Amino acid sequence: MPENILEMKDIVKAFSGVKVLKNVNLQAKKGEILALVGENGAGKSTLMNVLSGIYEYGSYTGDIIFEGNECKFKNIKDSEKIGIVIIHQELALVPYLSIAENVFLGNEQAKSSVIDWHQTHTRTAELLARVGLKDDSNTLIKDIGVGKQQLVEIAKALAKDVKLLILDEPTAALNDEDSDHLLNLLLELKKQGMSCIIISHKLNEVTKVADRITVIRDGCTIETLVKGKDEITEDRIIKGMVGRDLVDRYPKRTPRIGEVMFEVKDWNVYDPLNEDRKVLKDININVRKGEVVGIAGLMGAGRTELATSVFGRVYGKKISGHLFKEGKEIQIKDVSDAIKHRLAYVTEDRKTAGLILIDDIKRNISLASLNKLSKNSVIDENKEIQVAEDYRKKLNIKSSSILQRSGDLSGGNQQKIVLSRWIFSDPDILILDEPTRGIDVGAKYEIYTIINELAKQGKSIIIISSELPEVLGMSDRVYVMNEGKIVGELDKEVASQESIMKCIMQSNREV
Amino acid sequence: MEKFKSLFKSNIRQYGMGIALISIMILFQILTKGILLKPLNVTNLILQNSYILVLAIGMFLCILTGNIDLSVGSVAAFVGAISAMLAVRMKIPVIPTIVLSLIVGGIIGAWQGYWIAYVRIPAFIVTLAGMLIFRGLTMVILKGQTIAPFPASYQIISSGFIPDFFGNGGLHIATLAIGVIISVLFVISEVNKRKNTQKYNFEVLSGGLFALKLAAIIAIINVFTYWLASYKGIPTVLILLAILILIYTFIANKTVPGRHIYAFGGNEKAAKLSGVKTNKVLFWVYVNMSVLAALAGIVFAGRLNAATPKAGVNFELDAIAACYIGGASASGGIGTVFGCIIGGLIMGVLNNGMSILGISIDWQQAIKGFVLLLAVAFDVYTKNKAKK
Repeated sequence: MPENILEMKDIVKAFSGVKVLKNVNLQAKKGEILALVGENGAGKSTLMNVLSGIYEYGSYTGDIIFEGNECKFKNIKDSEKIGIVIIHQELALVPYLSIAENVFLGNEQAKSSVIDWHQTHTRTAELLARVGLKDDSNTLIKDIGVGKQQLVEIAKALAKDVKLLILDEPTAALNDEDSDHLLNLLLELKKQGMSCIIISHKLNEVTKVADRITVIRDGCTIETLVKGKDEITEDRIIKGMVGRDLVDRYPKRTPRIGEVMFEVKDWNVYDPLNEDRKVLKDININVRKGEVVGIAGLMGAGRTELATSVFGRVYGKKISGHLFKEGKEIQIKDVSDAIKHRLAYVTEDRKTAGLILIDDIKRNISLASLNKLSKNSVIDENKEIQVAEDYRKKLNIKSSSILQRSGDLSGGNQQKIVLSRWIFSDPDILILDEPTRGIDVGAKYEIYTIINELAKQGKSIIIISSELPEVLGMSDRVYVMNEGKIVGELDKEVASQESIMKCIMQSNREV
Repeated sequence: MEKFKSLFKSNIRQYGMGIALISIMILFQILTKGILLKPLNVTNLILQNSYILVLAIGMFLCILTGNIDLSVGSVAAFVGAISAMLAVRMKIPVIPTIVLSLIVGGIIGAWQGYWIAYVRIPAFIVTLAGMLIFRGLTMVILKGQTIAPFPASYQIISSGFIPDFFGNGGLHIATLAIGVIISVLFVISEVNKRKNTQKYNFEVLSGGLFALKLAAIIAIINVFTYWLASYKGIPTVLILLAILILIYTFIANKTVPGRHIYAFGGNEKAAKLSGVKTNKVLFWVYVNMSVLAALAGIVFAGRLNAATPKAGVNFELDAIAACYIGGASASGGIGTVFGCIIGGLIMGVLNNGMSILGISIDWQQAIKGFVLLLAVAFDVYTKNKAKK
């Protein structure tokens, strides 16, 4: 039995009163690969941020013991100094610098601040050989693919004398070949004695490389499966990931579902930055009157891209396909067209794309419907105040007055402001993207109640959410999306966490 | 007293620059031994700063979107040269000349607006290019020389005064009358506003304080008009300015386009996702800016009674400084028209006061630089404090 290189004991971390990590215990052993699995929002990334010092010592409770010593990291430099390196999902490379410059960024091979380029390049060449990358160390990062960039990240970690390497979704952006190469590299590094923690949604990869698998759910460590001792199959892992009791966290609603209200047909969209890459492939979905439809999928499945490309072509290039409302084809060229056709879209990220944080509640609520409040472009401020007051009461937005700055409110109240804006626009179809992200349980319930109320009024609602229980708890029907495609359509009766995860895993295997 | 204190605290940002303006005026009034506020000099102050204030109004909208326009000085010079060519060389009557000149401004704005809003080249770069382009074209049109003089009627807009209907040679009665009329209109609108605010149960100033505020403002208005009346009356350009301030305040506060500009500056992405046609907004802001720059060019040429190749140098910097001193945020979304006017006046009083004192131009520049930095530092400081 190898000894522990890392032990995390009783880790608890809260954000403004909400516990994200409730009680996490984790051990990584020397010279083995530990996989960390769990749903989105289970707390994996938060845990890794605690470990790497992004959340400094004191902002959480619990102990971190690395190679027998207790660690109190103030920042990421502290953890790197003793050999813990984390590679995030979004790579931290500078595109217009060379491989060599990136590998030693922040760790420059220098004598009294003058860079020794000779040593930089020879050492980079050594490291590149270790990770199996044949490119010249002078190549610019922007000129190599994502798979190779990932390898450069690993070389960069090796340059820091890493003892414990943490990879967050390393293969999410890679194709099969690159993924294989990366996983084999990890096994190779393991043989050389390195310890590694890998966070991944791709369970087939996890079962392939991991020696032990720790499952996290709702901020708690649930179990650790050991290779050669426990049964390790994807089904077994999924059971651990989702096996929670569904408490009654979602208000009841008796659906009264009518005719088809809105339909997206043969929808194809290309990446605006890379016009050869198809982001959405032949999407066909519909939503009926009074129906709540959920779109489930992992991060990067293309759900937000689907919503924003439909909603006034805000996202995407070379968009093709048809939109139908109540059986008639409609043309939507920009957001104001979408609003005219009574579509509404509540953004995923309320801070950067939803609210105008420096403006007050009133102005935020009226923004999308100023036409309703004005005559010849002159705004009727009295009416605006009435409307804002009305929604403040109806949606229970906790604030000193409608003149309070929206940026000063809590997440739940901010979300209610955005919801007010779109409910006031009186939509027939309301798309909600991650409507309860980062909101406490009480506010979540309030928002679910509002959604049910809207459905009862006969509005069609589409909920995009990474939290499977939320999708299942709220929806009458669920579409499953993966890698830009609809890979499943499940009615309420058959939709479950297992069946959704199965749809995703199956399509992953097909790719 | 406690209440007054909290009132003062919550409004210090709003009134801070007004207080600063008054303090600077008092300072120079003492330093210049009373020359600053002599009726002649007050009139001069208005005439000297009118074109900067016109520019500041347009610049305010650009800054509100989080951008900037560096070309306004050159555009003003260019349009001044165009109008000189039309009115002096080609002998076209004054009104068509002015209209044509403003149209030229609009075309320039559309040119720059196209690059900024639709091609999305940063405004800083487009207008830096514009600054060079239109300065160059000014010299081309003028062939490096000065064109003068303009017809007398052309100068009315920049150096004329309103006629005195009751003219008896002494005090300018029409000016006094206008002061009284404005006071009455002001009281009516303030009382209405207060009633409305009360109707929705918002906090208002207590009756006593409200009356005090009204009395103070009425006093300022009437003393001001009396002062002007004892010289030559209200300058035409002041009427022009007042109309512009009213129109743009109205647009900024009460209309849909105004709201869209604020939303654009506050969070462009959120504005776009709420149906604001962001490109269109940006385009028209720049068209508007260049039309106002053209107007400033006409006023300036009229005041000099000549179009010169060096007209309008550094105007853009004064206009930008006026906006920042007046509380506009460099990142966009925050500010008021009135604030920018106050900012412009602070710069104007500093210029004028220091000139009277005989401070050399080099020191004037340095002092103005410090004032700009201090004003913005004060703004940042109060904002950070408000956050905590």
